[in-house]
This record gives sequence, structure tokens and C-alpha cells, in this order.
Amino acid sequence: MSDKGGLHFEFDVDGGNFVSAGTASERVKNTLKQLGIAPFTVRRTAIAMYEGEINMVIHAGGGKAIVDITPEDIKIWLIDSGPGIEDIELAMQEGYSTAPEAIRMLGFGAGMGLSNMKKYSDIMEIDSRPGEGTKVFLQINLQKVQNG
Amino acid sequence: MKIREIVDAINAKVLVAGDDGLDMEVHSACASDMMSDVLAFVKEQAVLVTGLVNPQVVRTAEMMDMKCIIFARGKTPDKATIELAKSKGIVVMVTPLRMYTVCGELYAKGLHGGEDNVG
Repeated sequence: MSDKGGLHFEFDVDGGNFVSAGTASERVKNTLKQLGIAPFTVRRTAIAMYEGEINMVIHAGGGKAIVDITPEDIKIWLIDSGPGIEDIELAMQEGYSTAPEAIRMLGFGAGMGLSNMKKYSDIMEIDSRPGEGTKVFLQINLQKVQNG
Repeated sequence: MKIREIVDAINAKVLVAGDDGLDMEVHSACASDMMSDVLAFVKEQAVLVTGLVNPQVVRTAEMMDMKCIIFARGKTPDKATIELAKSKGIVVMVTPLRMYTVCGELYAKGLHGGEDNVG
């Protein structure tokens, strides 16, 4: 199915540019809108990916975002070579953040990023090694919407 | 309420009039300086009230399909922020009032939080 009806995107997320953070998510959002995906699904996909993009900019000096869209689902991989996450369980807790004060001044680092990503996706997997980087996988199912 | 009525209620100055103009009807709002807190609650909210000024405020509003951003406490967004809002068709206004006061004034006029149908 993915060969026929699938779309594939790859984005470089610039870690040095806080202003441009979110542009990849915006492009994916616009694409999903054009595909006629249900507005709520579009929004939760955009938010989950946006939080991931922001995380890569804030914590990891940027990275790569890969997006596959098929009639069944949207799959997103966010891959960085940043410092990694020491304790994933702790990082998943709402309100827990290692972001410095400078980041909080920018309106992020409230400790909601990963929990928002989990909340808005159907599947979320984190693979992280301290000192090597982090790979986050997000899947948003599309067929579920039709079943209500 | 109409966005035009918001402008009057909080003594605001419109910096970007947006795609649909000031006659657009909006029914709910949220207020925060933390964008992840805004992103944590997906509801049909059209208005974002914040004291934070940077382009990510506009991106957050865009992700949430919000129509209007109110910058409180007299904070004026920079050019990059204004340009981004223009390109997204989002209304931007600034008010000298503090966030608490902005929320109180708008709530009193019927602009609620939109959480009525949650839990």
C-alpha cells in the first residue's frame, strides 16, 4: 500500500534556529489538510510532531524528521545525535523537565513535551542512549477515525 | 463574540488583521506563557492570550488552528513574529492590560475556556 498511496518526507531540523523550529511540522500539517484527513487527526499529528521538533532544537542541537503517510497511518521518526535521555520513565512524567531557564523563557521546557507526544499519538516508542542520541517513533492511525 | 469586540473590551491595538478579519466570531480562549501547556489541551479554542513574545507563539497557535493571538502586558512582538502571523492569516493584537485582567474582561463577556465538554 505504501508504494502506491504513500507519501514520504525527510526534513533537517536546524538546531541553531529557534525561530524556524516547527516548519517541518507545519508542512506535514498542510499536507495532511490537503489530503482531506479529519481536522482533529491533523491537529494531533501536528502537535505531536511539533513537540518533537521543539525537543530536538532545545535539547539535541537539531536532527532529522522522517514522515511516512499511507492510507492506514502516519509514521514519524525523530532522530537526533544529542545527549540522549537518562531516565525515559522520569522524562515522560508531566512537569518533569531538564530544560534550562533560558528555554523556559521561550515558553517551552514545562515538562509537557513527551507526555503531549504520547497523548496525541497512537503508538510512541523512544530509543535513547545517553551520549549517543535519541530516536522517537510516533504513529497516528487513520483508519480508527472512520470507525468513530 | 466578534474579534472586533475583543479589541474594544481590552483596549487593544491590532497589529495583524488576519484572513477573516475582525468580524470573525470566536467562542473560546486559553491563556498561558508556556506553549506546551497550550498544546496539552486540544479543544476548539480560537483565541490565545499570552505574555510570551516569540515566533513559536504563532506556530503554537497555528498547530492548534487558533484564529487570534492577544499579547498582554504591553509586550510587542518582533517583526519575525508579526510576519509569521501575517503569513498564517492569524489576527494579532497587543493590549497594555495584564493577562489576568484580559482573561477576566473576556470571560465576563462570554468568552469561556471551552472545557465545558471535557470530563
